Amino acid sequence: MEDFKYFAASDVKQACALLAQYGEEAKVLSGGQTLVNMMKQNLVMPSYLVDIKGLSDISYIRYDGEAGLCVGSLTSHRTLEQSNIVKEKYPMLAEMELNLASVAVRNWGTVGGNLCSADPASDLAPCLMALGAELTLVCQDGERMILLEDFIVDSFETSIKPNEILTQIRIPAKAPKSGGSHIKFARRATDLGIVVVSSYLTLDDTVPGRCKDIRIALGSIDPSPRRYKNAEDCVKCQKISDPIIEKAAQAVFEDCQPTSDINGSADYKREVAKVMVRRSVKMAAARAGAC
Amino acid sequence: MEVLSLTVNGEDIEAEIHPGTTLQKFLHDTLGLTGTKEGCGEGLCGACTVMIDGKAVKSCIILALQAQGKNIRTIEGLANGEVLDAVQESFMENGAFQCGYCTPGMIMASKSFLDETQNPTETDIRHALSGNLCRCTGYHKIVKAVLAASNK
Repeated sequence: MEDFKYFAASDVKQACALLAQYGEEAKVLSGGQTLVNMMKQNLVMPSYLVDIKGLSDISYIRYDGEAGLCVGSLTSHRTLEQSNIVKEKYPMLAEMELNLASVAVRNWGTVGGNLCSADPASDLAPCLMALGAELTLVCQDGERMILLEDFIVDSFETSIKPNEILTQIRIPAKAPKSGGSHIKFARRATDLGIVVVSSYLTLDDTVPGRCKDIRIALGSIDPSPRRYKNAEDCVKCQKISDPIIEKAAQAVFEDCQPTSDINGSADYKREVAKVMVRRSVKMAAARAGAC
Repeated sequence: MEVLSLTVNGEDIEAEIHPGTTLQKFLHDTLGLTGTKEGCGEGLCGACTVMIDGKAVKSCIILALQAQGKNIRTIEGLANGEVLDAVQESFMENGAFQCGYCTPGMIMASKSFLDETQNPTETDIRHALSGNLCRCTGYHKIVKAVLAASNK
């Protein structure tokens, strides 16, 4: 590992000041489950490392009916997995965490770190995209909000500025008659996904079984996790049925851009994605109360 | 160089280290606690598993400086004097070793798991140990040993 100067920040303000001072030469370290790995391989070589893992004031999980679920960026994966409010309101989030890497990684790794590393195979990102997550980014001059789907711009690339820190992830409050599902397809437990599908569906208040809104996001299959709006449009405002779900699955099949690698050919992954979308939307609809 | 103060197996330690030193390298090379192995070095195989404040972590992808002020437990700190921990006893009784390289990590992950889980099933154990690889593929006896330890 290349040499660097290490700072353990004492609060968010000090961390922001250090980032303002060192700019692109600095990197923020939280759990480091991706960053330390990349530094060991000299893929990332920061001159300054600003360690924020110790900032307990941005490690929290709160829920209220108006704001929804607010998760401090330094919350560990394991804390999210075991949170009773998460299990109750957003079971798909807790289920996703159960199969994210291994217990030991989830004990130390943070949700904010996972999002900022923007690994194309992140389990967390598609799940939070389906849930409509919005992020709070803080710098010395103030803060800004951005939807997660706009935050991740490419493989290992986000729109975070060198002087910003991700402090909070917010998921809108759970709507009545809504439900979600997260399915990961991988060769073995703890592996990165080959295809990851998250769906979150809200039913119409008045017309039984009609979809009011749906978000479908996939991970691992494209250069970065993203929403599939053509597939969503196939289901939105429609009465949920097998042919409607099939249309959404077909739209994903056509829109996804997998590459062939050790895990399978592009054609294979496209077929897997289709099956997984079918299952995921069906489960989300069932959980929302459509059948 | 940076100053690191932490507690390892009940002993307060202060050392000057290079900031890029991983916790695994610090424990293994600096302190000579050679039970904490580096296997893959990428946080996948679990051979480097130790406990920080009672929770299992992969020490090969954590900077030693992040353990500042923390309480670390390695395989060397599990026995109470000459008396082995129940998990260690159970691994011996069940012959849950082949080459032994994964064993310290397996035991630390199992210990952390059993500390927070009452009456686990075999499925629970397999899930909990999914981040620990045994390249001899001796999983059956390992799972049996952890199941036996859970009843002690």
